[in-house]
Amino acid sequence: MNGLDSLYQELILDHSKHPHGQGLSSEEGRTASSHQHNPMCGDDITLRVRVDDAGERIVDLSWEGSGCSISQASASMLAALIEEDGGDAGLPRTDAVKLITGFREALRSRGAIPLDEETFADAAALSGVSKFSARVKCAMLAWVALEDALARA
Amino acid sequence: MTSPALSESATLDAARLREDFPILQQEVNGHPLVYLDSGATSQKPRQVLQAEYDFLTRSNAAVHRGAHTLAAEATDLFEDARATVARFVGAREEQLVWTSGATQGLNLVAYSIGNATLGRGAPASARLALQPGDEIVATETEHHANLIPWQELAARTGAVLRHIPVSDDGRLDVDAAAQIIGERTRIVAFSHVSNVLGIVNPVAEIVALARTVGALTVLDACQSAPHMRLDLPAMGVDLAVFSGHKMLGPYGVGGLYGRSEILEAMPPFLTGGSMITTVTLDEAGYLPPPQRFEAGTQPIGPAIGLAAAVSYLEDAGMSAVHAHEVRLAARMREGLVDIPGIRLLGDAEGAERVGLWSFVVDGVHAHDAGQFLDAQGIAVRVGHHCAAPLHRRFGVTASVRASAALYNTDADVDALVDAVSGIRSYFGVNE
Repeated sequence: MNGLDSLYQELILDHSKHPHGQGLSSEEGRTASSHQHNPMCGDDITLRVRVDDAGERIVDLSWEGSGCSISQASASMLAALIEEDGGDAGLPRTDAVKLITGFREALRSRGAIPLDEETFADAAALSGVSKFSARVKCAMLAWVALEDALARA
Repeated sequence: MTSPALSESATLDAARLREDFPILQQEVNGHPLVYLDSGATSQKPRQVLQAEYDFLTRSNAAVHRGAHTLAAEATDLFEDARATVARFVGAREEQLVWTSGATQGLNLVAYSIGNATLGRGAPASARLALQPGDEIVATETEHHANLIPWQELAARTGAVLRHIPVSDDGRLDVDAAAQIIGERTRIVAFSHVSNVLGIVNPVAEIVALARTVGALTVLDACQSAPHMRLDLPAMGVDLAVFSGHKMLGPYGVGGLYGRSEILEAMPPFLTGGSMITTVTLDEAGYLPPPQRFEAGTQPIGPAIGLAAAVSYLEDAGMSAVHAHEVRLAARMREGLVDIPGIRLLGDAEGAERVGLWSFVVDGVHAHDAGQFLDAQGIAVRVGHHCAAPLHRRFGVTASVRASAALYNTDADVDALVDAVSGIRSYFGVNE
């Protein structure tokens, strides 16, 4: 696989074209939103989470945004991951924070730490981004939005 | 300083010039580097590096002070550099202020006018002072560096900022300018060449409109100075800025040109050492221009490097440089315009241009397009190129910009066109 193909894996292009969780939910409840913008390239995302009444589990995640394929695919993969891992009960907040921390660590590792498929599902395809330092922010955008929204939910 | 191939002639031997640019000799991602991002920063010929090296290894000292031999040598080299760069834009040496670059030059002007508005430098500066309701006119096409300093000046003084609109084809709307520039207009700030559209703006017409109402004209010449012969006094602008690093020179140095009577009326922006006459604990007197605007130790080595850069450009011949780049622009357009899904920004028919095109790839974000080109060794700029309002005007958030300089060749342009034609299929966008 050449350098470019390791960045733009098929899965990434698929997610960017058929994004998961796109379209902000209007369901009421204990919710918080976060808007993140990358002034360098114009990537833009608004992400909304709804947590249970105790504030311990994420029961819904939705987003909308525009930007490059990496930023859009990453948001889609994050939405899918939270939904799959959460199942019917919803994903514990602490698990989500762990995922964000692990994702950030891998993305900032310049290729040293891969994302494992078992933990990160489709988002593991973003491992290749960590070798392209100019694109790390694109991949991080949705995850930073979730981190920010969770802190206020 | 001169190279054998650098004789003043109608044509330019880019292949030969490239030998002076060590950075262009390399491969990037397994492909020969195709550098088409000179609008962001140009590459530097070894003559420029050598000039800085010679200064730092033989003559380095602080200028305009000290009685020792090196200080005198450094001062001579520094002032010779000023004369060389001033001459390059048709000016006299006392009309050229060193800055750190165009951004600082524009801020210098805006803050000086703000200081004049506060009464500093009166009575000479009174002609520059703004009243609430006075108008500053910029354009929709400006780089943020020629926009935000005016937003801030307006906010500080109560002046109103207005903008000359750009037409769909990328030309400034001169008819609208004639409506906008009026009795309340005190400043008209505009770029000679848009850093996104590559179109040469009608300087004479805008200067004429400004003069009719007695407004000060401020020209951003960043994207013209490396690409065409400039005679700023003949163009009639009051003030103009350019950046050294975009014209084969070092980082951290640029020029502010001013008509003498304007510079003399301007109070200082940055204050401190080297710009004063007498100083007491309570007040200071200021030197005449250009030293009045050069507080603190100046970028001496970079200024000497910039003089070497403009000498290099002059040896190549600015008319030859311009003709070469206009030809590259035409070749680029010819190749890009036929690729399905490519939209050129500012494709005004018959417009005078430099070797720069920005374009949008339908269905592919500019960042992805740039990454695809980089994988083939092609360096372009992606994003809004510090001109977000202009991109908004054209209904996009980002574009891809390819910008040429004298060292680019037909082969560079052909490599770009060939690669761009593969972008949409790589990203699976249907044609």
